[in-house]
Amino acid sequence: MKKSPKIYTDAKSALFDIKSGDTLMSGGFGLCGIAENCIDALTEINVKNLTVISNNIGNSGRGLVKILIQDKISKAVCSYVGGNPDLEKRMLNKEIDVELVPQGTFAERIRAAGLGIRAFYTPTGYGTLIAEGKEVKTFDRPCILETALHADFAIIKAQKGDSYGNLWFKEAARNFSPLMAMAAKTTIVEVEELVELGEIPAEDIHLPGIFVQRIFQGSNYKNDIEFLVTEGEK
Amino acid sequence: MAWTNIEMADEVIKFFKPHTSVNLGIGMPTVIAERLPQDLEIMIHSENGLLGVSGRPTKETVSSTLINAGKETVKIKKGASFFDSSLSFGMIRGGHIDYCVLGGMEVDAQRNLANWMIPGKKVTGMGGAMDLVNGSKQVIVMMSHASKTGEAKLLFECSLPLTGKNVVDLVITELGIFKPNGKAFEIIKLAPGVSRSDLNMNETILL
Repeated sequence: MKKSPKIYTDAKSALFDIKSGDTLMSGGFGLCGIAENCIDALTEINVKNLTVISNNIGNSGRGLVKILIQDKISKAVCSYVGGNPDLEKRMLNKEIDVELVPQGTFAERIRAAGLGIRAFYTPTGYGTLIAEGKEVKTFDRPCILETALHADFAIIKAQKGDSYGNLWFKEAARNFSPLMAMAAKTTIVEVEELVELGEIPAEDIHLPGIFVQRIFQGSNYKNDIEFLVTEGEK
Repeated sequence: MAWTNIEMADEVIKFFKPHTSVNLGIGMPTVIAERLPQDLEIMIHSENGLLGVSGRPTKETVSSTLINAGKETVKIKKGASFFDSSLSFGMIRGGHIDYCVLGGMEVDAQRNLANWMIPGKKVTGMGGAMDLVNGSKQVIVMMSHASKTGEAKLLFECSLPLTGKNVVDLVITELGIFKPNGKAFEIIKLAPGVSRSDLNMNETILL
């Protein structure tokens, strides 16, 4: 493997400078495509008051729930909390500050941050609680102003990555990960396969390595399935 | 006789034109994916980043990275594609998805939908629903006619926080198909043997 300042040995070494109060983006849809090694490392790192930006804050004891139940998250920005009793309970008891964001707005706010767009107008959420306190402007129909969503760190999982940080995602595991990689000051990527430069053909790269600051070969992936449904069932 | 979930799915499918795209919400609408005839050549969109969902995998072909927005394992058909969440919601918001079928807690005659929270009791979050109801060309709500405690879900005005304002095109329940027109619900069709009085709805909002 060609030497690269981006390559780290494991999750703990790649997360060496995360500190209490930081804002952390975490890729994945449900448990699909989550940065398992980084989340496990965070359970062993002494941080508090994290703001976590992730579509789901894990579910039933898995994924980000591992650090949620350690009370390391003081604020969550997400779109869906269903199937996550640990989060729902903390939310209703007001033990955690939760900002629910419509999923498309969530994705676009993150993308905007990475690409230098400060804010945008969208019809999504107009006339709902989401629109409260937001500027409304009518184009073909009323839209609300949504602002970019930034982070100090992003923890991302990809199937393949090279020493420059070019990434290739498997099937539907891509979801929010490339957007978050663009939006964070420091993006940490764990991969199932750390490959040589050139091994991922240039035209097949899903995220150019310019957006990636740290990368490591991950290990012991569980790749949990939330709801296994096969032919002839259900 | 009220329709079964499968019969409801088949009723919804009758509204679909061939060679179109549809997004199916979590729960009841997922039955549609299993009932959709192949010759309609409809692309099923799943907002977690795939277009071209097609039924279920076998035990041998199942993949942890091939799931739908309900986090259930699925398979894809020829011509399918994967993409990130921004592009996925761009398809929705940009008006490229022909139909979305989603569940509901309340729908009102003013075409409003509520399906994401019950204040102080239950919060699931809106997920992609707010984007879907504003972006899809046609919005179809597929839900039970009454709540678990027997309360009407087709109302003059939603009491729960809205998912979208003025967005619902059609509602299907086990008792019939209804079209909210801004003031009342037009009965498009009733399930066999179901009469107006079985609907248990305020007469002033029933055409």
